[in-house]
Amino acid sequence: MNVKSILTATTIASLAAGAAHAEKAQVQFWHAMGGTLGEITDKFAADFNATSDTCEINSIYKGNYTENMTAAIAAFRAGQHPHIVQVFEVGTATMMAAGDQGAIYPVYKLMEDAGIDFDPSAYLPAVISYYTDTDNNLLSLPFNSSSPVLWYNKTALDAAGVDVPETWDEVHAAAEALKANGVEKPFSFGWQSWTQIENFSAWHDMPMATEENGFAGLGTEFTFNNEAVVNHIQRIAEMGQDGLFGYGGRRGDSRAQFVNGETALWINSSAYYGGFKQDITDFEFGQAMLPVDTDLADAPQNSIIGGATLWVLQGHEQPEYTCAAEFFQYVSEPEQQAYWHQNTGYVPITTAAYELSREQGFYEENPGTDTAIKQLSLNTPTPASKGVRFGNFVQVRDVINEELEAVWSGDKTAREALDAAVERGNALLRKFENANS
Amino acid sequence: MQKRVIFKARGLPYLLVLPQIAITVIFFFWPSWQALESSFFIEDAFGFSREWVGWQNYRELFNDPGYLRSFRSTLIFGLSVAALAMSLALGLAVAANRVLRATQGYRTLLIWPYAVAPALAGVIWYFLMNPSLGIVAYWLKGIGVEWNHYVNGDQALLLVIVAAAWKQISYNFLFFLAGLQSIPKSLIEAAAIDRAGPVRRFWSITFPLLSPTTFFLLVVNLVYAFFDTFSLIHATTEGGPSDSTSILVFRVYNTGFIGQDYGGSAAQSVILMALVIVMTVVQFRYVERKVNY
Repeated sequence: MNVKSILTATTIASLAAGAAHAEKAQVQFWHAMGGTLGEITDKFAADFNATSDTCEINSIYKGNYTENMTAAIAAFRAGQHPHIVQVFEVGTATMMAAGDQGAIYPVYKLMEDAGIDFDPSAYLPAVISYYTDTDNNLLSLPFNSSSPVLWYNKTALDAAGVDVPETWDEVHAAAEALKANGVEKPFSFGWQSWTQIENFSAWHDMPMATEENGFAGLGTEFTFNNEAVVNHIQRIAEMGQDGLFGYGGRRGDSRAQFVNGETALWINSSAYYGGFKQDITDFEFGQAMLPVDTDLADAPQNSIIGGATLWVLQGHEQPEYTCAAEFFQYVSEPEQQAYWHQNTGYVPITTAAYELSREQGFYEENPGTDTAIKQLSLNTPTPASKGVRFGNFVQVRDVINEELEAVWSGDKTAREALDAAVERGNALLRKFENANS
Repeated sequence: MQKRVIFKARGLPYLLVLPQIAITVIFFFWPSWQALESSFFIEDAFGFSREWVGWQNYRELFNDPGYLRSFRSTLIFGLSVAALAMSLALGLAVAANRVLRATQGYRTLLIWPYAVAPALAGVIWYFLMNPSLGIVAYWLKGIGVEWNHYVNGDQALLLVIVAAAWKQISYNFLFFLAGLQSIPKSLIEAAAIDRAGPVRRFWSITFPLLSPTTFFLLVVNLVYAFFDTFSLIHATTEGGPSDSTSILVFRVYNTGFIGQDYGGSAAQSVILMALVIVMTVVQFRYVERKVNY
């Protein structure tokens, strides 16, 4: 083979590829899934592209959730935005407000216009209720959803002679037993606003704000400085003073404490499963349902989700939207969802994917991996437990982080900190209301 | 006799400086103007509505105790970083200046940390001090210091100060070493003949003669601590715990990019910009007056 023939061959090949390229509708999909999650996301796009003659999904990693959302918004302002963008749950109110201005192509409408039979009842109610409008129309497609669970170190619990706690009183007792048995910081958690305020409230069917936790209107005001939450935070603060609770930072920073055995009871997302399976070798771990505060409720309501959904932005051509709709249908199929669920620890978003995982025997081989989905589908979500929707919520969570950290360090009492958090949070809500009305 | 170049054509000099002016206008004046303008508006994230609110963004900032605390932590952070980085660098430079053998080797090693990006410097220290995994935190526990920068704000501030200073030592070291080498040997020898000891010689001769370098470095270090350490904070404490390490430049980012509150963020950057201007003016006044080139 000489140089000329190589050149000719490559030219023809690239022309052919170009032609095939031009025929297919190009859809830009910006996501925030790094590492293994990103590989699976890209694999979904590639597998879908291989099945379709008309569509090409270009799956692009744009950084973490915040960076991805900021990039998409900046691109929208410049008229260069992608078709599909992955947005985390706290950005929902911002996206919805943009939807009122016509920037968003709601998923229910997208599917309708593309002529795809789309049945919202196939999805888990606790998952989609977070992303529906007041008329129960689905606005964005749930992609990766998780829920907080109680991770426990079974080896340490057995050594201390205690069972997995089911109530907060039992958590306290177990922590004391663990401490006596040499566990340094028996109890801890991550994503504190999400796990200790948002989910604690939903789990006991208590609203954390007016207007159905913000679902019913922008005029919502925080109420999480109520007696129940104050007592709960105060209880944890006292556990901290007794050395039973050790704060380990925001988000998942305290993960190391659990992995190296310093902490034996850890409340955080079910999506840590994949990583734990790889990293934890010297003890047995498991996940259980969140503890119940028996002063507030006899039985839990349901937990709420965290994670991200796929939003479609307006301003592109119809064939591309049809393509996006087909892709959405593809990722919602049980096979893809079950694969995603089993490899990441995120919950399957459809009932069919849950059934499929069960049929495949996944839960028997990996006991406890269905904890999150069981928590989410425990009861029909109520207005207080279907989720939260607040403007400027990223900043509000930072405010809550700051105030709770002042409690853990002993600078403030739970009452002072939560009052301050509500006041500062409400100011941010009003600012959002002003900017979006 | 000074040689002067005179341009015959009137337009040519302007043409020659045009690229520089264009760069300044596009990359400095234009964005500054934009920041100034948006600081008077409240805007939604997608840019659909824009409402003139006058000074409201500024009023809100100065009514926010957190923002006022940021001034305090920025000041503590900036001064500590400058003091720590400069004093250690001066000590090292004096030592390196006296080394007779393998000089080049010592210098190269001392300059290395400068090649580390601030974010990485932060992460390295953060990892060393991590209460669960860090080796330094483990040693500290050994000598009875309970280290947890996730809870203790002062410790967190100390951590970012050490990380930021560590990275800057190399830069200061280079300048101090160059300054030391430009001090005439004859002055020091004369002082030695007058029976002044090494310490006396340092404080009476070397240190005063280093003053232009020291002042230049003070300004550079303050600017570094005020503005360049953003990535370090972002990669480590993200302003916490509570808001103890939330310095001004980090707050600008947090409000604008995380919070999508463009008006509030713009107002903060205008205030920061004013701060730079004041610092620059002070520098030039002082340097012009005190330093003999």
